[in-house]
Amino acid sequence: MNWYGIAAIWRFEMGRFLRSILQSIVSPVVATALYFVVFGAAIGSRMPEIESVDYGAFIVPGLIMLTVLQQSVQNAGFGIYFPKFIGTIYEVLSAPISSLEIVIGYVGAAATKSMLIGLIILVTSLFFVEFSIVHPVLMLAFLVLTSVSFSLLGFILGIWARNFEQLNLVPLLVVTPLVFLGGSFYSISMLPPFWQNVSLLNPVLYLVSGFRWSFFGTADVPVVASLAAIFVFAGLCLGIVWWIFRTGFRLKS
Amino acid sequence: MPSIVKVEDLRKTYDNGLEALKGITLDIEEGEILALLGPNGAGKTTLISTICGITRPTSGRISVGGHDVQSEWRETRKLIGLVPQEINLEPFELVKNTLRFSRGLFGKPRNDALVDGVLKDLALYDRRGSRTSELSGGMRRRVLIAKALAHEPRVLFLDEPTAGVDVELRRDMWALAERLRADGVTIILTTHYIEEAEAIADRVGVINSGELLLVEKKSALMQRLGRKEIRIKLTEPVEAIPDVLAEYDLVRSEDGGSLTYAYKTTGERTGITRLLTAVQSAGLTLSDIQTRQSSLEEIFVRLVREDVA
Repeated sequence: MNWYGIAAIWRFEMGRFLRSILQSIVSPVVATALYFVVFGAAIGSRMPEIESVDYGAFIVPGLIMLTVLQQSVQNAGFGIYFPKFIGTIYEVLSAPISSLEIVIGYVGAAATKSMLIGLIILVTSLFFVEFSIVHPVLMLAFLVLTSVSFSLLGFILGIWARNFEQLNLVPLLVVTPLVFLGGSFYSISMLPPFWQNVSLLNPVLYLVSGFRWSFFGTADVPVVASLAAIFVFAGLCLGIVWWIFRTGFRLKS
Repeated sequence: MPSIVKVEDLRKTYDNGLEALKGITLDIEEGEILALLGPNGAGKTTLISTICGITRPTSGRISVGGHDVQSEWRETRKLIGLVPQEINLEPFELVKNTLRFSRGLFGKPRNDALVDGVLKDLALYDRRGSRTSELSGGMRRRVLIAKALAHEPRVLFLDEPTAGVDVELRRDMWALAERLRADGVTIILTTHYIEEAEAIADRVGVINSGELLLVEKKSALMQRLGRKEIRIKLTEPVEAIPDVLAEYDLVRSEDGGSLTYAYKTTGERTGITRLLTAVQSAGLTLSDIQTRQSSLEEIFVRLVREDVA
């Protein structure tokens, strides 16, 4: 294994994160605060408790997931798209570093960033609502798995995208709606039966549900289903990444 | 000298059907400077990219340092430093960090002393804390070279290193190439400046439309293909070339004031003595004689033209 190479990519990507530290950290914190003001204070005060969890606390896991998914896809997508766009990718492609090592470097850095942001949001939310975490270790495990698998998705998008528009399109048109419709801000039991069944097709529902279970011990779907969903998703992404490097898709001619 | 890079019958056809390399066979000796000359689109960059592992060959074999570039890519890539033609640099990163990145990427542990040394060697040390976007074009090109040297390659590929570079910087770069060769680094550079090949190369390869027309020692090439010209200036202009001189294929200048005779330097007899005697017997008087050797550029243009024809 080329550990120095992995570390170099990871450090380089984290450097990008740190250079724009204000944008990287302040914007999710501000966004979280706004969500709490709107959903927690304004609307939440009129909402009943959901499965004996206060609405303000109920939205915390969903809010973290929303940001973590968006950040993972964006960071990983940009991380590999930008060198492709400006041409510096030649160096990575000519270096003695394997595809797996390249993925570990880029995806690892993107996942690290979104996990950090997720934890920052968690801390921020403690200023607004009171709650405790029932399964902290599993909570972290969900956070890691989600960050990694969605960073893989972002990495795939970054390689697939031919321009910035395509790079932004998928997060905007696919990821964000899936998160909003995946029960981030409500329990699907609040939906009519037909839409409950439609929601079960949304992969993000399983993530949010499992993540919320680790907080409060209650969930929309069984936690095993959540874990299975996340592993299937990660496996699918890994398969696509493997195919990309085997064929050189949009990387090598 | 043992060869450090061996290319055997290398072919590359791109997906769009473009046949960029049509069976290139080339041995690059350890420690030499090889210049690959060729017009734009000749296949120079494709050849380099394929050796470096960025482009996949359609068929053929390449080995670097005795290792196969496809099955033992980790070994071959460690040996190679690549300086691409386009100036591609992460704009917001600091100069020293881009060098550290390159070193790490190639599997080498951090070594600040070495990185500083490379920066000093390329007159970039004072700008080590600058962002690459703040540097001039010439400096950015040097950063690219520094990045390639930061991982201590044994073989350095310079793809058009002096394209769009001013004269002074070009000379600095040639001096750097000499220094690197003194350290035992093998250098392959592509260029379409013949002057560059003439100035620093040990051997010259000429590529045109995917084929390697020749690879030869620069001196031998110039000697083999080199032509000399002798220009005879006359005191009195002549209206036409006298009949006695017809066999020499002389070229009369427009004003008739001089006659030019071309001959091969490799010929046993150049015919100069006979020519001069004949000139005298034709009753012409000489005011001056000049000789001139054809440059690599003329040789190159002739080769490429012959190839097209």
